[in-house]
Amino acid sequence: MRPEHPPEFPLAVHDLTVAYHRKPVLWDVELNIPEGTLAGIVGPNGAGKSTLLKACLELIPKTSGEALIYGKTYEQQRDLIAYVPQRESVDWDFPVSALDVVAMGTYRKLGWFKHITGAQKKQAFEALEKIGIGHLARRQISQLSGGQQQRVFLARALVQDAQIYFMDEPFAAVDAATEQAIIGLLKELNTQGKTVLCVHHDLATVSRYFDYLVLLNMRVVASGPTSETFTRENLQKTYGGKLNLLDDVAQALKNVGRS
Amino acid sequence: MTWELLSETLRLEQYNTRLVVLGVAFLGATAGLVGSFLLLRKQSLLGDALSHATLPGIGIAFALMSALGFTGKSLPGLLIGATITGLFGVLLVLAIRKTTRLKDDAAMGIVLSVFFGLGVAILKMVERLPGQSAAGLDGFIYGKTASMVWSDFVLIAIILVITTAVTIALLKELTLLCFDANFASTQGWPVLWLDIILMALVTAVTVVGLQAVGLILIIAFLITPPTAARFWTNRLGWMLFLSSTIGAISGWLGVSISALYSNLPAGAIIVISAATIFLFSMIFGTARGVLPRYLRHLKLLRKVGRQHLLRSTYEILEETQDTKPLKNLPIPIDLLRKHRYWSKGELAKLIRQARSEDHIERQPSGELRLSESGFGEASRITRNHRLWELYLIKYADIAPSHVDRDADMVEHLLGAEIVHQLEAELDLSKPTIDSPHTIEPKELVPLSKPTG
Repeated sequence: MRPEHPPEFPLAVHDLTVAYHRKPVLWDVELNIPEGTLAGIVGPNGAGKSTLLKACLELIPKTSGEALIYGKTYEQQRDLIAYVPQRESVDWDFPVSALDVVAMGTYRKLGWFKHITGAQKKQAFEALEKIGIGHLARRQISQLSGGQQQRVFLARALVQDAQIYFMDEPFAAVDAATEQAIIGLLKELNTQGKTVLCVHHDLATVSRYFDYLVLLNMRVVASGPTSETFTRENLQKTYGGKLNLLDDVAQALKNVGRS
Repeated sequence: MTWELLSETLRLEQYNTRLVVLGVAFLGATAGLVGSFLLLRKQSLLGDALSHATLPGIGIAFALMSALGFTGKSLPGLLIGATITGLFGVLLVLAIRKTTRLKDDAAMGIVLSVFFGLGVAILKMVERLPGQSAAGLDGFIYGKTASMVWSDFVLIAIILVITTAVTIALLKELTLLCFDANFASTQGWPVLWLDIILMALVTAVTVVGLQAVGLILIIAFLITPPTAARFWTNRLGWMLFLSSTIGAISGWLGVSISALYSNLPAGAIIVISAATIFLFSMIFGTARGVLPRYLRHLKLLRKVGRQHLLRSTYEILEETQDTKPLKNLPIPIDLLRKHRYWSKGELAKLIRQARSEDHIERQPSGELRLSESGFGEASRITRNHRLWELYLIKYADIAPSHVDRDADMVEHLLGAEIVHQLEAELDLSKPTIDSPHTIEPKELVPLSKPTG
């Protein structure tokens, strides 16, 4: 056990480097996410935000370093984690209904060869109800709007009943109602003491949505409570020359601590 | 060639074709089942690379068996050879994908053509070997359906049973693999092994299908049935069942037809049968077919036209009367036509339609009058339109002068539930914004059910 990454942290990343085709995408990432936070991972395009999540979930190989879930490897702690991939990562033309997709969250507990029964369907339906689209349970997934598809993915994570939620851009291109539904859900998970780690792209909403912040640009520029981390200086460092929207950020900065 | 003979063959009454017809139908059912997953996993081309890569194995196996003193054309030996190089081809595709930056299609294209070329060259070489005749080996390229014997049939039947059993047992695992492999992997499912199982099934179907349809056409047998099935259903279970059935029917039809014309290669006719079913499904398929979609569109247009006609009539009544409640008086056709700039033909068609639905009556004077149910319906439609307008002004910030046009596009889709929500949202009792029109309070609206 490394002293700088004690096991009470739901996610501790040590010296993580990831490279695609020998080109590094993440360098020496050091990170401790405290329990019970709504943590946002923010950074410019190509900063390696999704890569960080995927490397922690062992979806892509690490070049070096490790990611620990409560002090143990991901493989030992799988049951504690729910993953919400980017919406575009799957083919929504697939011949299944919203309920079928949500029920996929129960497969692990169900185990090999067993088919889902009423109990799993009920669980899936309740998750859909909770996120406000229970009436769309029987719809084929291509007939859902983008926001509704995103909610289906969230419902799938909900039925897993995890301790830590990894979400990859859940707010990307969703309608206002969905954004509200997601935020409501995040806050609820938060009050239950669960930890949420969310890749996010919209600087204007960072301080309202998240109480913990990781600023990422191939390496961790800064991480800590949003009120301390979300500063003009840190953003300059993260976005460098790419930050042409300083005015937007100034506006966003004003909102710090208002939520 | 007579129809009786064809129908006898189709009904399996011809002893010498019965085995072949049944065998290929079973093969089709298996291919349809496995092909569904191959298609959904988006690996169709990998299946193609696999089948082409079997050819060198056949040649090499023949040469080896001849050299060792066995019968060179022993089928199990040839098929084992085919399996080995087929799988080697797939591995090579995966290796190219992993180690270079080449895209999948390039990797598969290279492997497919190189292995096939190699196979053709090897077949030519073994033909020159002394001792045994290699004639007929090229039957694996286009298929040699008629040569099927009892043991081949048994092999196909076994593969069908295994495939069905595996599909039923692993339905949820394979579905998850095809839909969202990354998620499956985070859940601890062995994605690599599931892929291997799927590829093993594809290999089994390909290899036993080599004789029947040949290595060039087997991919069509794998892919056409599931794509055709997809037009009929949005549910995976049904898709698997339909795909299997379509595969079986194509095999049965194809072999029956080719059995009667001995110069027609069975593989080709099977694929053409499958393609015919595909074409039929593409046009008529109830879930995603072209025609049903067009008809749904026409139905919507019809509904929109009807609603416009009724609303226009109602608005004219409002404009021409000062007193409330509104009286249902006859109005001249010309006035109606000018109201929405309809052409004479368009309006005549709409009126014909509305009369057939008993919404509008023609007066002896030539004027039009709403029927009792038409009046209620017109009032309901007009009210919905205005509620939507008001909603747009209030929440979407659309200028009152533009709102009519925007409201026009959406109002036809408003269901009872949404209208109810709109009413609640807008709280009609204390209006805060001016609507460009009047909105009747609900009590005055007759409670007629919408007919559309």
